[in-house]
Amino acid sequence: MSTLVFVEHNGDELCRGPLGVLAKAGELDDDVAAVLVGGIEVKALASEVGTFGAATVHVAEGDVFTQPLAQPRIDVLAHVVREGGYDTVLFSNSVLAADIAGGLAARLDAGLNWDLVDIVRSDGAVVGKRPALSDSLLVDVGWRSTPRLALMRAGSFPAVEKGGQAQVHDVSVELASHSRAATVVDRVVQADSGPSLEGAPAIVTGGMGLGAPEHFSLAEDLAEVLGGVVGATRAVVYAGWRPHSAQIGQTGKTVAPKLYVALGVSGAVQHKVGMQNSETIVAINKDPRAPIFEFCDLAVVADVHTIVPELLELLRRRRS
Amino acid sequence: MKIVSCVKCVPDGRARLDPRSTRLDRSGGGEINPFDQYAVEEALRIKDDADAEVVVVSMGPEAAAEALRSALALGADRAVLVSDPAAVGSDMLATSKVLAKALEREGPDLILFGQQTSDGGGAVLWGAVAEWLRLPAISQVTKLEIRDATVRATRQTEVGDDVIEAPLPAIVAVTDAINELRYASLKGVMAAKRKPLDVLTLSDLGVEAPAVGDAGSKTEVRRIADPPPRANAITVEAHDGAAQAIVDFLVQRQLV
Repeated sequence: MSTLVFVEHNGDELCRGPLGVLAKAGELDDDVAAVLVGGIEVKALASEVGTFGAATVHVAEGDVFTQPLAQPRIDVLAHVVREGGYDTVLFSNSVLAADIAGGLAARLDAGLNWDLVDIVRSDGAVVGKRPALSDSLLVDVGWRSTPRLALMRAGSFPAVEKGGQAQVHDVSVELASHSRAATVVDRVVQADSGPSLEGAPAIVTGGMGLGAPEHFSLAEDLAEVLGGVVGATRAVVYAGWRPHSAQIGQTGKTVAPKLYVALGVSGAVQHKVGMQNSETIVAINKDPRAPIFEFCDLAVVADVHTIVPELLELLRRRRS
Repeated sequence: MKIVSCVKCVPDGRARLDPRSTRLDRSGGGEINPFDQYAVEEALRIKDDADAEVVVVSMGPEAAAEALRSALALGADRAVLVSDPAAVGSDMLATSKVLAKALEREGPDLILFGQQTSDGGGAVLWGAVAEWLRLPAISQVTKLEIRDATVRATRQTEVGDDVIEAPLPAIVAVTDAINELRYASLKGVMAAKRKPLDVLTLSDLGVEAPAVGDAGSKTEVRRIADPPPRANAITVEAHDGAAQAIVDFLVQRQLV
């Protein structure tokens, strides 16, 4: 088995998800390679990728890769996989990684399995574990040919700093004409404000079920008592109740706190993918059919406006 | 301008796996995958303001024709259903090959997808279709404008918004935040009955059967394993003491 991991970065910081996938790949394969694609400073990150377990780092650096677009990266990965003869390519799911993986599958005519929470070797075969139907069951999925492509669920594996040193290979590729067709003409990067969601031991997230922006005080008070921070759903951010930096979900943060409390959150797929790895999930929603009740540990069918003040009083009394 | 919205027809309500075939049970009429309805709506919005033909394209069992009629009732002009027993069991990649052929036959200026499927599909299909057709693709789109044969789209990412431009023809995957769905009028439902709905086979598209279907798929479901740990939540109903039940739960798990 020879495994390649796509390592994504944001500015001058490596994303944690792919570093976790590198650690996972190290369990399957002794000699793991990584691929790093970006603007003119990305090569500086290669040695750090080495410390997280990559023996080889393929680096494609250049102005054409400054914009976070998938298609030029498909050209790079197709080239690296063919040249290096890799039989397995792993991605940590993200908006960018999903687009690259889908396109690469066609480019290499390779099977792609996604939303995997684990990948193991079993009787000589490589097997992926994929939760299905609102996580009510797990299915074993496989590949009938190589290369095998896999998108791992974000945050499924912790990053492990091993302190190794990587061999760095420069990659130069000719981009396909359609890969250069799209251009980013404007970028609005939402600066993070307030306490960080990543790494918080507890998160209390408010959804549209809170009813009005002023009711976010319920989430704030509960977060304060639980020693956590406040998160928000996409709908809440779109309504302007909370900044984008508080958004948890596919197009926001991916979090995995010890305790996740969802207040008036329906649990749409977009939200779920950002918080499903939390250790314990408590959901409070008055709609008994809310999808979030299918992937929580404690389902409380109640009106947040009534139960949260009661809960706050009990917790405060306990604390004093 | 010609716009194709690609849709998947899924079973109504809760999806289930057929334990024998380990595939999704696709019996019954079904509906258009809720996320794909936003791709249909966005096409109709463009047609509201400009001269455009809207075609809905799907691959699935013949029963999916009923679901496609619902898109015609909303205002789409035509529907194309690729339905062939040899296509059954196609994985994402095999499906992308069939769809790409159907799209090539239509030759649209704009191809729209929904961002996800409700029945377990990943957000990856359009990426593969874009490669077969060698077209630019933009995903996670929350705002879309067409001007002078160029699409300008706002794409939401983990860190903010990117505004991306690409020349037509192009592929755009829209999220459910892009618009609000319309309802069909009675007049629309009546008109839909007379609108063209073509059912095509693989040979109509020039696709060789062994390249698709279960035999042409490069991934497989090996077995259904045990349910993951979170399958059985403890449920607390709203009554006196529910707040205390939450506290007890948190104490038991040493979270407070």
